[in-house]
Amino acid sequence: MIEFILNNQHINTDFSPTTVLLDFIRKEKKLTGTKEGCREGDCGACTILLGELVNGNVFYKSVNSCLVPLGDAHGKHVVTVEGFNQNELSPIQAGMIDEGGTQCGFCTPGFIVSMTGYFLNNETPEIDGAIDALGGNICRCTGYVGIKRAAEHSISVYKKTDPKLKFMNRLIEAGFIPEYFNSIKKQLAAIGITRRKDFQAEYLIGGGTDLYVQQWESLVQSKADFTSLEKTPYEIIKLKDKIKIGGATTIQQVLNSSIVKKYYPSLQNNLELFGSLPIRNRATVAGNIVNASPIGDMTNILLALNAELQLKSSKSKRTVKLRDFYKGYKLLNKKKSESIDWITIPIPSKRFLFNFEKVSKRTYLDIASVNSSILLEEKNNIIKSIGLSAGGVAPIPLYLSKTCEFLIGKKISAATVNDAAEIAIKEISPISDARGSAEYKKLLLRQLIYAHFIVLFPQVIKAEQIV
Amino acid sequence: MRNSDSVHHVRGESHFIEDINVPEGTLFGYVFYSPIAHGKIIKIDYSDAFNSKGVKGIISAKDIPGENQIGGVIPDENLFAEDSVHFIGHPIALVVAETYLQAHEASKKIKASFKKLPAILDPREAAAKDELIIPPRTFELGNINDSWKECDFIIEGKVDSGGQEHIYLETQGAVAFQTEGGGIKVFSATQAPTAVQRTIARILGFPMNKVEVDVQRLGGAFGGKEDQATAWACMAALAAHKLGTPVKLILNRQDDIRITGKRHPYSSDYKIGLTKDGKIIAYQATFYQNAGACADLSTAILDRTLFHCTNTYFIPNVHATALSCRTNIAPNTAFRGFGGPQGMFVIESAIYKAAQVMGIEPVEIQRKNLLKEGDEFPFGQKTLKCNASRCFDELEVNYPFAKIFQEINEFNSKSTLIKKGAAVIPICFGISFTTSILNQASALIHIYTDGSINISTAAVEMGQGVNAKLKRIAARTFGVAESRIKVESTNTSRVSNTSPTAASKGTDLNGFAVIDACNILYARLQKVAAEELGESDFSTISFNHEKVFRNNVVTGLTFSNLVNKAYSKKVSLTAQAHHSTPDIYFNTKTNKGNPFAYHVYGSAVVQVTLDCLRGIYEFDFVKAVHDFGEILHKTIDLGQAEGGIVQGIGWMTCEELKWNSEGKLLTDALSTYKIPDIHAIPKVMNIHFLENSPNDFGPLHSKAIGEPPFMYGLGVYFALMNAMRAFRPGMEIKFDTPLTPEKVLLMLYNSTTN
Repeated sequence: MIEFILNNQHINTDFSPTTVLLDFIRKEKKLTGTKEGCREGDCGACTILLGELVNGNVFYKSVNSCLVPLGDAHGKHVVTVEGFNQNELSPIQAGMIDEGGTQCGFCTPGFIVSMTGYFLNNETPEIDGAIDALGGNICRCTGYVGIKRAAEHSISVYKKTDPKLKFMNRLIEAGFIPEYFNSIKKQLAAIGITRRKDFQAEYLIGGGTDLYVQQWESLVQSKADFTSLEKTPYEIIKLKDKIKIGGATTIQQVLNSSIVKKYYPSLQNNLELFGSLPIRNRATVAGNIVNASPIGDMTNILLALNAELQLKSSKSKRTVKLRDFYKGYKLLNKKKSESIDWITIPIPSKRFLFNFEKVSKRTYLDIASVNSSILLEEKNNIIKSIGLSAGGVAPIPLYLSKTCEFLIGKKISAATVNDAAEIAIKEISPISDARGSAEYKKLLLRQLIYAHFIVLFPQVIKAEQIV
Repeated sequence: MRNSDSVHHVRGESHFIEDINVPEGTLFGYVFYSPIAHGKIIKIDYSDAFNSKGVKGIISAKDIPGENQIGGVIPDENLFAEDSVHFIGHPIALVVAETYLQAHEASKKIKASFKKLPAILDPREAAAKDELIIPPRTFELGNINDSWKECDFIIEGKVDSGGQEHIYLETQGAVAFQTEGGGIKVFSATQAPTAVQRTIARILGFPMNKVEVDVQRLGGAFGGKEDQATAWACMAALAAHKLGTPVKLILNRQDDIRITGKRHPYSSDYKIGLTKDGKIIAYQATFYQNAGACADLSTAILDRTLFHCTNTYFIPNVHATALSCRTNIAPNTAFRGFGGPQGMFVIESAIYKAAQVMGIEPVEIQRKNLLKEGDEFPFGQKTLKCNASRCFDELEVNYPFAKIFQEINEFNSKSTLIKKGAAVIPICFGISFTTSILNQASALIHIYTDGSINISTAAVEMGQGVNAKLKRIAARTFGVAESRIKVESTNTSRVSNTSPTAASKGTDLNGFAVIDACNILYARLQKVAAEELGESDFSTISFNHEKVFRNNVVTGLTFSNLVNKAYSKKVSLTAQAHHSTPDIYFNTKTNKGNPFAYHVYGSAVVQVTLDCLRGIYEFDFVKAVHDFGEILHKTIDLGQAEGGIVQGIGWMTCEELKWNSEGKLLTDALSTYKIPDIHAIPKVMNIHFLENSPNDFGPLHSKAIGEPPFMYGLGVYFALMNAMRAFRPGMEIKFDTPLTPEKVLLMLYNSTTN
């Protein structure tokens, strides 16, 4: 039995856990406010909130319901656009109308959900954050200008609420959410974790953000395990000389982690280029790695950071370097029975510098044409150690080993950077596809290598010397 | 009062096709289509598919009782392929099963074999092989051959503009039911209910009165559901007719992108001649339109390219030829602007190139050649109430161009890798269907005994706010509150022979019809009120704020009790009215006439910031002065302008359609075909409403707004070109949209990588 709260309704269902949550909501529960626009997490028309009880509080995440298996709703509060409806329009709903944030209306419920999700997560809302929260929602009619005004309107309404009230009560008082939200905590606490496993799973699903894009039709007809039930760790821990990231940790957790922020402060901005908030809320670090997409952003970063993977199966445990994990296109140094339990990255010394570059047709919520990460230690302008990766330029997420070899011990100068870029170009084998021609990808990687050094050594490398 | 459509939207209570609660037993369709771009069908074996789980039927050409023909303008398009296929996505059969998944699974078991034939993808190649949809069309003004000698500068070049996928958020779909007596009722996501009705009748061999088409609303359309919603409604209707059960057919996103047509890609040649002070003397252009495999609306779109080939400029000598070229991609179709933007991009490119050769700013040429009152277009119409200069001048007063360019120069002189650029883009767009017969509409209005009012028209609501505007027009005409009025779905049984809701004309045509119908009822109610008040002259009666006035003095009668009295006196409370745009005509032999009711004008200035290291860019601002006429609904009009501009920017920049050499579309998903997201829009967008510009030819003096603002998006191309040239002054200028980060980088570094 899968048990959860759908808006204000208690649900018990024996539907297959691999059922697409969107289909359950629309077809079974006839809640048609949640729309299907693309079934690949690229439009946000199906956005819902998943509320989870953590340490006695309910935390809400926006997710694409087209990519969420029903089984992952167990024990959670599933909120669709209808779940916010009250007699009066909420300030967000009213703002979307009055500021011209809705035209044809097909994307609108997704925007309402994402925006309400933003307010549920931010006691001090501001416009830039609200816009980021809407990064996964596509609108073809309004040009988003009215939607931005609606967000501004909603923020001003919130700011007029009594700050002495408890956060949830402020939102309820101002009509952002209905009163029943206050009772959800208790209801979720009453749902136990039940688990029935009498089958051989064909899939292990983490976030499902790629599996459900590529293979939803076979998934819904299959048996699957879930990392959430398999106890794959989803936390970030600091040990003496390394950071351990649980395999099921989401990208958004990494983005928000104070540990990661401390050692790799720029990563937070970098990871905002990864998918969209609803995707980052679901996509896992291990999923990004095993997906083996040559262009995965997290994988690209982890290659430069020299990550190690702890693989586990029921029988064994072993460690493998990420740089040795890819054997060919979608070929992994991993048995079917193994899964990634932990990813560890060394804590860099204070002299380490890190930079991530990504260029795509659209800056946000797009797959890179080429991405690249660099981790570098220098002393007196001499490169002591280096990790440099490149995505989108080979059948696998690529570690530029020859370029790194060349750079070790070199003096940082325009000439070095030029030479390194030339070596890098020889290391890659890009193909022409929807994301760009091979010629472009070669040129772009060169530019991104220049960019690494211009960003990291603005005093040493002048733009004029290179481009 | 809030727009009721919008209230439904924000609460998730609006019903689109997929939200219609279908009865138990409804079957689901999946379209099986050609995997090759061109070929003969050798054999199709449906047996395994037919035996697949849940399958109830497989419908193909041989099941069509009527004519296998859906071509709206030229009968050259079949619903299902018969012996040959002409593009990847050409429908071959509809698999019908108990669930969508079963239908899709079964379709994978169809075994089809083909003999491949050569595929043409390039419109110039098609033209060279005489693969034209219609003979070439030419618009002429003055004497082009004699005019070149008057020119100090003559510049020639080539311009390519890419296609554009509509990405209406709601994909194509329909649900069909068999009705009593074997008729068909279809809920269709179409801009053209009558075209759907007519085509279903044709496919089934029915009289049109056996087919009812109902449209509640569309989840976006932008032209993509004007002609291309028809096929799916026909398939659902045919299956429902054949199987006797309701059938639902919704395209998934990928199939929708693969099968349906897009904005036409164009490849064009231009030759422009100017005097040394920047006056354009002569303009010659040849447009090669990539029509795709069938005519669809391509010929009408071709005409609009010619109508707008000189944008908002007066050019005394023009020779413009357009060729609609048949290729082996999905038939291209209407998209906001309808061929106009493609024509305008060529003249703007020509001006840009000319300015570069002449060493002046393009804005100098633009300003010097703006249309003035009484100027003649190449198709013979003369401007009337021309606002081209008013908009341009007001824009320049608000945002002095010289100052913008100077600030950019200062910025660029201090910045190596980041460069800014700006461009001005004036626009002009003719309002009317260029197919003159379509400029008609009708309205049916009921007033019920409780005083509530129901309006049915030919207009389809698709987010453009036509329902709210019609409601406002009726409320103002009746002098009642908008809350009394409900705008009904668009239904062919209530309103017949509807023109598509397109050409920015929905509010104009249907709004006038609503006014006429309201006036009929108004006169009847005036008479009833006069009788009640013992007044002999009923013209002294008026209605305002829900009350009845005599000689502008309020009486005790209210609208509600007046309606009741009219009913008691057996006065009809229903009226129907028909409207057609007066005084428009066009002779397609001479290519001269008065095709447009009026023109919409405006000007915009845009600024961009370019990262010359990475080839990526941002849009600093779009500032426009736009002629909206008298504003009917400010929120809606502003939204149309803002949304149109962002779509135009998308067309110019990130929206890239890529086909491989086999004619397969590579960018066939939202993960590869990128439309602007909330981060990708201009940081500042200021839209000024041109004041004191009542339009005599629009309802309540308003102007059409749907398409024109799209063209402001063209400005970003030239602004980006300026930023690129600030980085690479000697760079070769190319006109080849979309200007993706890839093209930017390859253009910037072409010389250094080779």
